[in-house]
Amino acid sequence: MKIQTMDDKSSGNGQDSKIDLQSIDVILVTDCGSTTSKARFFRRVGNEYRFIAAGEAPTTVEAPFEDVTQGLRNAVREVEELTGHKLLSSDGIISPREGDNEGVDLYVTTSSAGGGLQMLVTGVVRNITAESAERTALGAGAIVIDVLAINDGHETWERIEKMRFLRPDMILFSGGTDGGNFDHVVQIAEILRSGDPKHRLGNMYSLPIVYAGNRVARAKVDEILGTKYSLKFVDNIRPEPQIENLAPARNAIQEQFMEHVMSHAPGYDKLMKWTPVPIMPTPMGEGTMFKAFAEVNKANLIGVGLGGATTNIYSIYNGKFVRSVSANYGMSYSICNILKEAGLKRIMRWIPLQISEDEVLDILRNKMIRPTTIPQTLDQLLIEHGAAREALRMAFQQHKSITKPLVGDLENFGTLRLDDSRDYEKKESYIDLLNVDWLGGTGGLISHAPRKAQSALILIDGFGVEGVTSLFQDSVFMMPHLGVLSSVHRESAVEIFEKDCLVRLGTCIAFKGQLKDHEYGRRIGTVTLTMPDGEKITEEAAYGTIKKIPLKEGEIAIAEIKPEQGFQIMEKGLLPKLVASRTANVHGGAVGIIIDARGRPIDIPEDDDSRREKLEEWFTALDAYPKTS
Amino acid sequence: MALTYTLGLKRGESLIIRKTRRLPLPGEVLVNKGDKVSYNTEVARLNTPGKFKIIQASDILETKPDFTHLEPYMLKKVGDHVEKGEIIAQRKTLFGLLNKVCIAPTSGTIEHVSDLFYLAGQVMIREPPIPRSVYSYISGTVVDVIPKEGAIIETCGAYIQGIFGVGGEQHGEINVLVDSPDDVLTADIIGNDCRGKILVGGSKIDEEALHRAVDVGVNGIVVGGIKDKDITDFLGYEIGVAITGQEEIGLTLIVTEGFGMMRMANKTFQLLKRFEGKLACINGTTQIRAGVIRPEIIIPREDLNPSVVKKTEKESEVPTEGIRLGVLVRIVVPPNFGALGKVTRIPIELQKTEIESEVRVLEVELEDERRVTVPRTNVELIEDFS
Repeated sequence: MKIQTMDDKSSGNGQDSKIDLQSIDVILVTDCGSTTSKARFFRRVGNEYRFIAAGEAPTTVEAPFEDVTQGLRNAVREVEELTGHKLLSSDGIISPREGDNEGVDLYVTTSSAGGGLQMLVTGVVRNITAESAERTALGAGAIVIDVLAINDGHETWERIEKMRFLRPDMILFSGGTDGGNFDHVVQIAEILRSGDPKHRLGNMYSLPIVYAGNRVARAKVDEILGTKYSLKFVDNIRPEPQIENLAPARNAIQEQFMEHVMSHAPGYDKLMKWTPVPIMPTPMGEGTMFKAFAEVNKANLIGVGLGGATTNIYSIYNGKFVRSVSANYGMSYSICNILKEAGLKRIMRWIPLQISEDEVLDILRNKMIRPTTIPQTLDQLLIEHGAAREALRMAFQQHKSITKPLVGDLENFGTLRLDDSRDYEKKESYIDLLNVDWLGGTGGLISHAPRKAQSALILIDGFGVEGVTSLFQDSVFMMPHLGVLSSVHRESAVEIFEKDCLVRLGTCIAFKGQLKDHEYGRRIGTVTLTMPDGEKITEEAAYGTIKKIPLKEGEIAIAEIKPEQGFQIMEKGLLPKLVASRTANVHGGAVGIIIDARGRPIDIPEDDDSRREKLEEWFTALDAYPKTS
Repeated sequence: MALTYTLGLKRGESLIIRKTRRLPLPGEVLVNKGDKVSYNTEVARLNTPGKFKIIQASDILETKPDFTHLEPYMLKKVGDHVEKGEIIAQRKTLFGLLNKVCIAPTSGTIEHVSDLFYLAGQVMIREPPIPRSVYSYISGTVVDVIPKEGAIIETCGAYIQGIFGVGGEQHGEINVLVDSPDDVLTADIIGNDCRGKILVGGSKIDEEALHRAVDVGVNGIVVGGIKDKDITDFLGYEIGVAITGQEEIGLTLIVTEGFGMMRMANKTFQLLKRFEGKLACINGTTQIRAGVIRPEIIIPREDLNPSVVKKTEKESEVPTEGIRLGVLVRIVVPPNFGALGKVTRIPIELQKTEIESEVRVLEVELEDERRVTVPRTNVELIEDFS
């Protein structure tokens, strides 16, 4: 399999012209995550590039260090200890290489150390433009920490005090209809200028403002704010009183977040000097590799990067690539936002333990306040995995909201009359899970899950996969690294991705549909597998069960799938159709073939004892966790 | 040499602490460089414009829409001060038989009498300016003045960082209500004499005790742990992303260890005990994201010489390369949460934990001489400054 990597936009100093690509043998790539800094060491072994060693250390955004390069040094130092190869000097990474055991030919890095997105939104009138602005920011995955409007009932000094206290990451500035009077817009601009909030990421950082207000006020807004802030002008979110146009501002927020907030952190300026190549935001690195994989396999693919502060979803569906960053669903800093948004009950439904709600709450809160810690007990692990499933579910929901069918000539839900746009929010995405070929996952929790069946189940449950879906995961969390590497040296990135990064987990065959009254045990379909050695295995899918049939990585079996009435399976392709039965090639992997007859949505008993029993049964069937009782 | 990094909350009994105190808008700075200030010294003041009251005078005076110019009827002109209840405009008709008067609804200054088409017939009164002050928060010395904005205050004192807090700046005398860091701070031991004080508890406080503290008028509470349910019920809402400090809950709460029943670190407890009766300046503001802000307890000390402290502080700066063999750490994840120990081994290779994760670990010899293996990320460096 050959993978053509793609170029993606990246930020930084852009000095890559100095690199001699022909003589690259030793490569160091780091990713500075919100929680963990990861160093990956690669080198040419014979005629091929291979992954050699990994080092990880907590990201140092907190006192006493407040400098991300310190965490990276610690991660790199682990690589030094493991390999005996000297990499660090007092100035950063030793490059060019000096001899066989000192320095590297190429050092590149990605970053998402900036973490989540908390926004201040403004509008002239609280329940008109400010409300639209709030909806836009929420739709972009932000948390709205304050809403400023001319009629918000606060005095100017109060607004400024609050702004300074909250330290927003970004401001969405809306107000006025196109062509209307813009006195109030100017008034808001003056408040923002006086506010001059200190950014949480330090003085070198220019706070981004997305201006989506009265078009004719742009020059004046630029005059007032242009020198102090990083201003981005987009179409008005309320060009006319009865028209709402959220998509351009929402997309701009996502782009600005990824390029200006997420990757920055204390010490970012130092890090920029370490590498000759622009620092790439982590989601761009991940997205590059998911896209490349989908293109080579000519497949519909959904990918996820489950991080500490954010969850990034990528879809490559009928050739169209869409990336969404759910800026406040993550497994460390943002874990309690998952709790808040999903609710405790939804997290509890994945936990087979006899544990009180209070204990679960305390465990989640302790993870939030000490984000760099990792689970040490099975209780903690299962609770985090429960939260992970909910993070994936909600992030995918958010992703679906920006992958809606076209309306007229407008992509997504461009300019719509207010009532129409609210109806449009309810419309389904063009992504049909029955027509997705591959589901892949990366990020600390997925890559470091103690058993591969755990990551497979988290992906299956979080997305609620339907039909025939092949699963893969990142081996030791190096997809972002390979993404940025591919922007400079494609050959090595492609080779390492195939040989050392990609872990095929197997294939999930899931029947879409549900039986009323939890008729567990009733047959809902039949799967006949022709194994690579010709052996035929027939499995009756009993409702409420999940099972695995071993099939090694690299092996392919032929599956004939016949759902019973009321359950769906789909013939895939550009014009997919529901069929009575289908035959599919299914890939093996670390887990094997998973026949999932638990219903869609997954039918989990509501009664606590039955629920725990069922979860235990499912986990045991996949040998996912050590016994919990 | 094997080493690693971990987070560590700052704690020390003699540190130099600086605070920038700044007005939201330009105003008047009331202190000079070198001034000694108390925690409640007014550092800077700003007169914010008073509220605006608009009177639709044309309606009151019953002038016709096409005769909306108010000037002939005004008894007061722009710039005049008026008292609440004072007549500001008058219209007499029918040879003086009918008398319509417009009365000032508030005291202030006439700012505008409108004859514009779209604001026709309005009188606008600006209420007197409202002074807004910034206080010094900590007692100490003004080391710098920010013209028109505020000042930087420096003090020598004890400093303790908490892990999580709610509520903003508060002050009060330290009152340790429990005998040991294991004890629970309960409602029944919060007496009326706790009013205005900063209470120190041990391993936990519950919702009932929090309400009791508010009723009594306690200014702040420092405690090892609190159950999530108790703080959620007390606040009346659930915290999502941890950005706190603006809650108006009647007091400030600082949690030093975490959620649940959490024995307060003995050194923290002893430090607070040592300064019982002294003034503490506390702030519960917490922001857990890149650019972290943790809650803090500052105990200004007049017995210290700043130049000596500065010298000592420089000499005992935090090691920048993390944990080494022999250093003191505290385990911050159960089991063994809160246990202190000395690092005895830092293996290079990945090790399998009880849940089958392959991670880098440390071996720690606990105070009770047990040796335990812990993921490197699950310990905190004990950062103690002399």
